[in-house]
Amino acid sequence: MKSARQILVTCLLLLAANGVAFAGVLPEDRADVLYHLYTGGGVDIDGPSVLVRKQVGKSTSFVGNYYVDMISSASIDVVTTASPYNEERKQWSLGMDYLRGNTTLRAGYTSSVESDYDAKTYNVSASQDMFGALTTVTLSYAFGDDIVGTSTDPTFERELQRQIYGIGVTQILTKNLIATLNVETVTDEGYLNNPYRSVRYLDPTVAKGYSYEQELYPNTRTSNAVGLRARYFLPYRAAIEAEYRYFTDTWDIQSSTASLTYIHPWRNWTFTAKVRYHDQTGAHFYRDLFPRSQATNFRGRDKELSEMTSTTLQLKLSYEFLNNANGWGFIKKGAVSGSMHMLGVDYHDFSDLTAGAAIGEEPLYKLEANIFQIFVSFWY
Amino acid sequence: MTTVIDKFGRLVILVALLGAAAGCSGIEPWVAPYERDRLADPIMALDGDPVSTSYIQHVYEAREGARGGEGAVGGGCGCN
Repeated sequence: MKSARQILVTCLLLLAANGVAFAGVLPEDRADVLYHLYTGGGVDIDGPSVLVRKQVGKSTSFVGNYYVDMISSASIDVVTTASPYNEERKQWSLGMDYLRGNTTLRAGYTSSVESDYDAKTYNVSASQDMFGALTTVTLSYAFGDDIVGTSTDPTFERELQRQIYGIGVTQILTKNLIATLNVETVTDEGYLNNPYRSVRYLDPTVAKGYSYEQELYPNTRTSNAVGLRARYFLPYRAAIEAEYRYFTDTWDIQSSTASLTYIHPWRNWTFTAKVRYHDQTGAHFYRDLFPRSQATNFRGRDKELSEMTSTTLQLKLSYEFLNNANGWGFIKKGAVSGSMHMLGVDYHDFSDLTAGAAIGEEPLYKLEANIFQIFVSFWY
Repeated sequence: MTTVIDKFGRLVILVALLGAAAGCSGIEPWVAPYERDRLADPIMALDGDPVSTSYIQHVYEAREGARGGEGAVGGGCGCN
């Protein structure tokens, strides 16, 4: 870890030492109030999210976010091995951007608290505009420090540390085209199990033919992801965006994620449609049904680690009800937006045990969920 | 893991050196500032709705095996 720290300090010094020929810009001052609702697969999650960003002086901008998930879960995992539950997660974060010439330095802290999970994340990044602000290079590092507990055993407490290293390049390619490339490496070390989830194994001593035992994950995981996104301005004032991400990790999960977005403004309205496709292989220790108890060193049956394909259609509509011509006092612009995601997931190796079929003949599980967001944004 | 960090570190330092060198380079921008009006249009903002984007990234991270590569750093669980 010493080497990682040295790398980060070296890079920050190199970037800070750069010239100040072109001035960068801080993010716009804005406030957003969002309500989100996820419903599907026996799970309902809703809550608010509030973000406020404000520039102080000429070179510093502060941002704060408060976010709540109120969870009511009777998911397929819960109904087959546990009891439905209600849970609340509260997350808040504070961040600061400091602009010096064409270099922006950022630092932030995020805290996420549930009754059985406590996560703290510290992040820093440095962005450099170069080549006449055609190119922006961003280096980022984050450290996550989590404590995993369970609601059934107050003495249970396990640690999990996470380090996230990122490089991003945003490039203006033509008068109509901008692209961004992001590379991210994440390393986890600690308790990576979900303490509530179990694996199932063949058990001829019971009537239904199988039993459950606690899952057991490796204590480390390292993943690499590279994402490329490009947005093009169409001749009649609309935009189209294509995105692709390739992901691989030490658990043998490989995935490809691709999306296509179309954005069409009309008077004060902006319509957005997006299709997203995700396909992944399963983790090497994942099995839908193990041949016996403790059959392998590591064991998991989290459906998120199964081979799967997911597709999403998003429709979004925004209405700008305030602009510079009719602003309210210090508020320059205001918009209200509504968005709906229709998510479908086909699990290729995760059986639906609620169907009551004979062992080995259970149908594969499919998840269908809708995600709604409504939010109001003000720029000042 | 040390090998991964070493490889990543060399890449990061290379990019940072390029960034530092850019301060005194003579590369002329091929899209002049006055030609960027279309890129400055709000419909071309790569992250026009940061609250909405970070929320939906969290939704996907909790339901899929992949993470990262999308230009944002998050935290927390809420995974069930």
